[in-house]
Order: sequence, then structure tokens, then C-alpha cells
Amino acid sequence: MILFWVTLLAISLLLYVLLDGFDLGVGMLFFLRRDEVGRRAMMNAIAPVWDGNETWLVVAAVILWGAFPLVYSVLLSAFYLPLLLMLAGLILRGVSFEFRAKALSLRWIWDAAFAGGSLVAAFVQGAAVGALVEGLPVQGVRYSGGEFGWFSPFAVLCGVGLCVGYALLGACWLVRKCEGDVLETAHRLIRPLALALLAFLVIVFVYALAEKFQVMQRWLERPYLLVFPLIGALAALVLARSLRQRWDALPFVMVAIIFAAAFGTMAISFWPYMIPFSITIAGAASPPASLDFMFWGGVFVFPLMLAYTVVSYAVFKGKAKPTAGHY
Amino acid sequence: MELTALLLSRIQFAFTVSFHIIFPSFTIGLAAWLTVLEALYLWTGRPAYRRVFEFWLKIFGIAFGLGVVSGIVLGFQFGTNWSELSRMSGPIQGPLLGYETFTAFALEASFFGVLLFGRSRVPAWFYLFSTAMVALGTTLSAFWIMVNNSWMQAPVGYAVENGMFVPTDWPAIIFSRVVWVRFPHMLLAAYLTGAFCAAATGAWYLLRDRFTAEAHVMLRMGLGLAAVLVPAQILFGHLVGDYVHDYQPAKFAAIEGRWHDEQPAAEVLIALPDEANERNLYELKIPILGSLIGSMSFTSKEVGLTSFTPQDRPPVVIPFFAFRIMVGCGLVMLALAWVGSWLSHKGRVEHYRALLWLIFLSFPLPFIATLTGWFAAEVGRQPWTVYGVLRTAHALTPFLTTHSAAISLLVFCAVYTFIFAFGIYYIYRLLLAGPAGPLAVPPEAAIPNRPMSVIDEPTHEAVDALAAHRPISPVAPGE
Repeated sequence: MILFWVTLLAISLLLYVLLDGFDLGVGMLFFLRRDEVGRRAMMNAIAPVWDGNETWLVVAAVILWGAFPLVYSVLLSAFYLPLLLMLAGLILRGVSFEFRAKALSLRWIWDAAFAGGSLVAAFVQGAAVGALVEGLPVQGVRYSGGEFGWFSPFAVLCGVGLCVGYALLGACWLVRKCEGDVLETAHRLIRPLALALLAFLVIVFVYALAEKFQVMQRWLERPYLLVFPLIGALAALVLARSLRQRWDALPFVMVAIIFAAAFGTMAISFWPYMIPFSITIAGAASPPASLDFMFWGGVFVFPLMLAYTVVSYAVFKGKAKPTAGHY
Repeated sequence: MELTALLLSRIQFAFTVSFHIIFPSFTIGLAAWLTVLEALYLWTGRPAYRRVFEFWLKIFGIAFGLGVVSGIVLGFQFGTNWSELSRMSGPIQGPLLGYETFTAFALEASFFGVLLFGRSRVPAWFYLFSTAMVALGTTLSAFWIMVNNSWMQAPVGYAVENGMFVPTDWPAIIFSRVVWVRFPHMLLAAYLTGAFCAAATGAWYLLRDRFTAEAHVMLRMGLGLAAVLVPAQILFGHLVGDYVHDYQPAKFAAIEGRWHDEQPAAEVLIALPDEANERNLYELKIPILGSLIGSMSFTSKEVGLTSFTPQDRPPVVIPFFAFRIMVGCGLVMLALAWVGSWLSHKGRVEHYRALLWLIFLSFPLPFIATLTGWFAAEVGRQPWTVYGVLRTAHALTPFLTTHSAAISLLVFCAVYTFIFAFGIYYIYRLLLAGPAGPLAVPPEAAIPNRPMSVIDEPTHEAVDALAAHRPISPVAPGE
């Protein structure tokens, strides 16, 4: 049962990263287009799905709370100030979708809120993952690191890295959904962003080795972990080819695979810890009465949620019409 | 009063949750109404329904967006500011909010996209289905939130093990008597909010003599629905009072403004509670009515606040006045809904400009009633977070600094004020523009079986005549 919930948590988190990743990425790339037509096309490419995408963050959060309340309470209280920033960013970018369409002379405010909010939210998520990899100070059942215990050069590095990664996902999504100038702009960006992401991954790896992070021990103990970077490398090769051949739909899939590979690497190098190396999955799990009760939601309703997601993407499949009327 | 992390966190939670509830209480009702309008439009083909639908959909879009973004904050706040609560009650509150997310959020978020952007991409029946799914999602969300909050108000079905609340009886938690009076109470509040907003908008247009066909649809449906629902709401309000009386006697005493045990008890209509001296100033009260309301008896003994030690008493002034304001709003809404519906039924409502003004000005009432009702419920629950088991002071994140709590409170106040101001401004502009203009998607696409339906389009006069003589079923959105 615990394994079931870890799996669902991992699926939700991965879906969140992939889905909200591309729409946060589009937000970060927003200012690359100065013309209203281009910006509207970018907005239209994500407007029908962003809310559903962000829902996966809530799904992951409530699974964490219901199934692993200890981890929920430690993580959220540890990241008090960064989470505040992330929430403020998500709020501002979230209302921008509606407000931008209604605004006349003050549209620039919502353009700035959309781009800035996306950037801040992405950075905080990356920094939080970085802090987690480096190790959070925990005593007993509580975080013990103080207001800025999560802050470190490595966390900042990971924050920047995730921004690059999300921007890459966003560019691939625009290539998939847009046409004309926006497609060209996004297409030109994929190569530099992909190279930057690669550079970031190498730096992180070297940094973690140099600083002797405990997580890195896992790589020596579990050589089969190397299969994930291999999958990522293969996807990168296909990505390069799809760019040359101008297959618009493929780059997004390949970058998604690279993300999934990185995610898998991290998840398995944490195992069996949830907060390395202080709280294990088993130690954080809710009592069986809670996990069993949620199980029915997990078995019957969770697939239904996946189905809604598929339906809403199917309704809006293909290239988004740049002029498609806002209802 | 010293600004501690505890006080700041309480203010922050109160502020963010109050801000949030404004939007769901509006959108839950509105989503149900939109479903009815779309169904009526598909059934009758009358463009007035469609124009009213598209008009309110734009407003729904803004309000729903504000509700979504402000709701995410709440879930995170349990962990950031109330980490002890979230660790201890996670095994119960986590699964409940998990079910909320599973059954509601994904549903409403996915179909919300179709609602706003998909009319030209999907068949008419699927569009109606999407509208209904959004409405169902908002309702399910309210249900799980009420289960969750009711467990905190009257905890049942749990045991304390290793410092955690471990669920022992889920049916007792979900089918608790408290849930099944508070959930309808909240749902009715939401429907009334939608109804009064629609009616007030209709009255406003009639006063300005604009969009009269659409205005009649809004006014008639809004008032008619309210005329039926306000009495039902008063009944459920009384049932909620019964549970408070039985499960939370200190809260009940605070709301009643009763300081000492009384037998039979009087009902304090209005007073100025003086907490320092444990008495009421300028009190106006009716003998025996307190026992009647509390226990349906002429002789029962009713508990006063001084029967509880001071550290177990809630604040008195806020629940006392919040409750009276809520009841006052309810009574005004009842009068408006009945008189307005009667005159509307007689086809004379547009001749009573004073009444139209009152209906127009009544739109804040349901919001005020919802907020003050929650103030009474939540402040009255103090000093407990989980009633009788976990004190608010012990639920706080133990290492939270005043510094952090002050920053977050300021940031939330600034961001919310900013987006609220703009949200209201954009909604106001939409209201000003009114339900005019061409349909976003011409009716041919929406009703493929009736491609000539545009030709049936009645003139505004004809619709007005129709609205005046044929009552539109007022109960529909509640079904």
C-alpha cells in the first residue's frame, strides 16, 4: 500500500513537472515576442490547459499530506519563504490569463506578472529540489534549519537549471502548437536551451561529486542507475535529429523523456528515503486506515483524472489558432 | 496585543480564507446556473438564454480564476504555518482533501478549459456536459471542504496514536450529522449568492433601461430561486445552530451572548458584550426564547460562558455580532426575494423603481452573510483548531519566526489587494458592457440540428412579453 502511494505521488509529480513545466516555460519566454499577435498566440497555446496542469501540483501536495504527513509538514514548514514566493508567482501568473484578455492600457502589468510569476515559481521549485538533494537539517519530526536553512549555492544552481529546463519544454510546446513567426522564434531557441540544460546537468553532477553529497554514494552502489542518463542521451539524439528534420511534434516528446529520465534518476537515488537521509518512506507513511481509505480514490478516481487530462488535451489537439476567439 | 507568529499566522489564515471564500461562494452557484441556462438554450433555442450564458461565463472566468489561485494558497498554508496540525491530522485531513482534489479539481479544471475555449471545437451536447461537469466539480469541492472543516469543528471517528489523529471510522467522519447540515447550509449560501448577483444585475439593467430581455431573465430566475432557497437556508441555519448547541456549547454561549447559566434562558437580541467584566451592555432580550431556540423547550437550562474556564472560552464580540449580521442579511434577502418575485410574477416589477434599487443594492448581502457566518463558526471554535483536542497555539509551526510570518502576511495582503482590485474592476467593466454583442460562436455551430434557429430569434419586445407572462421555473438551478 505504501508502495502504491509512492508510485502515485511520483506519477503526479512527474506529470506536474512535464505539464506545468511547459506552461511556466512559455511564461518565461513570453517577452521574446514583442508583438501582440505573437504574445496572443503563445497565450492561446496554453490557456485552455494551464489550470489543469497546475492541478497536478495540488494532487501531489494532497497525496503527500494524506499519505506522508510527516514529509508534508517538514517540507512545507522548511521552505516557508521560498514557497511564499512560489505561491505569489503562481497567483500573479494565474490571474494574468484572464486579466490580460480584459485589460486595455494596463496589459503590460499582466504581461510582466505572467512572465515574472512563471520565472519565480520555476526557480523556487528547482531550488527546493536542490536543497533536498543536498540534505535538509531535520531533528526528530521537525525541520531544524532556520529561515534560510535551505539556501545554498547548489540550491540556487538547481533553481537556475530548472528555469532553463522549463524554458526548453516551453519552447518545444510552442513549436508543437504554434505556426509562423512564433514557431520560428521557439525553434531557434531549442538548441541553445538544450545545450544550456546539458551543461547544467554536467555541472550539477561534478559539483555533487566534488562536494561529496551523500546522494552520490548511490551511484556507486547502484550502477544500474546509469540506464536513466542513457535514455536521456538517446532522447537528446532524437531531439537533435527532429530539429534538423523540422518534425514539430517530436521535440516536446523528447525533452519530456529527458525530464522523465532525470526525474527517475533522482527518485531512485533517494530510495528508500523521502527526505534524504533523515526520513524514510516507511517512516513517513500514514497509518493503514488512511492509506486504505485513499486507495479507492487512487484506484478509481486517479485514472479518471488522467482521463480528463487526456480529454482536455484531445479537445485542443493540433496547432492552436492564433486568432481563436477568447470565448 | 503583541504581534507573535501565532497571531500573525491566525490573521493570515483568516485573511486568505476569507478572500478565497468570496469566489467559490459565487462560482458554485453561478456554475449550476450556467448549466441550466445552457440546457434551456439548447432546449428552447432562445438567444436571450445564450446571451445571458455568455455574459455570465465571462464573469465566471474571472471569479473562477481568482478562486483557484487563492485556493492553492490555503492547502499550502496548512503545512507552512500549521505544521504541527498538518503532521498530526494529516492521516484524516489529508485523505479528505485528497478526495477533494481527486474528485473535484481535476474535473473542474479540465472542463473549465472546454467551457472557456472549446465551444467551437466540441458538439453542443458535450459543451453542455462540460458545463455540468464544472458545476459538479465545484459542488464536490465544497462537499469535501465541509467534511474536512466539520471534522475540525466536531471531531469523530479517530484515536490518538503516536501524537497523530488516526482514523478509526471513516463513515462516522463523512456521514457525521454535522456535515449533513453544514454542507447544505454552505451550498444554499452559494446558490443564494449567485441568485442575488444575477437578480441585482438584472435590476441594474432595468433601472438603466438596457438589455431588458436579458435583464428579465436574470431578475426573474434570480429572485424566484432565492424566494424558494432563503426559507430553506433559514431552516438549515437553525439545524446548524442545533449542532453547535450540542457539540460546541462554549461557541453557542458566545454567539448568544449568554454569560451565566439560565433556566429558562432569555434570548439576547442585541447588546454590546463586555468581555472584561463578563456581562452585556445595552442589552435587549426576550425571556424564555433562548431556551426555545436552544432546546425547543420552555424550561430548559442553557449554559453560559462563565461555566467554562477563561482559557477554554472563545472571543465573544466577533461571533456575537457576526451571527447577528448574518441573520439580518438573511431576513432582508427573504423580504426582497418574496416581494420581488411576487411583483415579477405579476409583471409589474419594472414599475417599482425603489424596489429595483433595493434589489440592485442587495448584491453584497449574500457575500456578507457567508463571510460573517464563517467568522461566527471559526472564531467561535477558538481556542481550538481541532475542537476540544488540539489548541490553536499548539497547531502552529513551532519554529516559525515573527519575522517570516510578518513577511508572508504582508506579501499576501499586497498580492490579494492588487488582484482583487483589478478583478473587481474587470468584472465591473463586463457588467457595464452588458450581455450585448454578437455571439462568440454563431448558433449554427451550437445546435447543428437547428441551423435556421437564428430566424426564430424573437424581438426584444417579444421576449419581454414572454418573460412577463410565463414564469421561468425558479427551482431549476438548485436541482
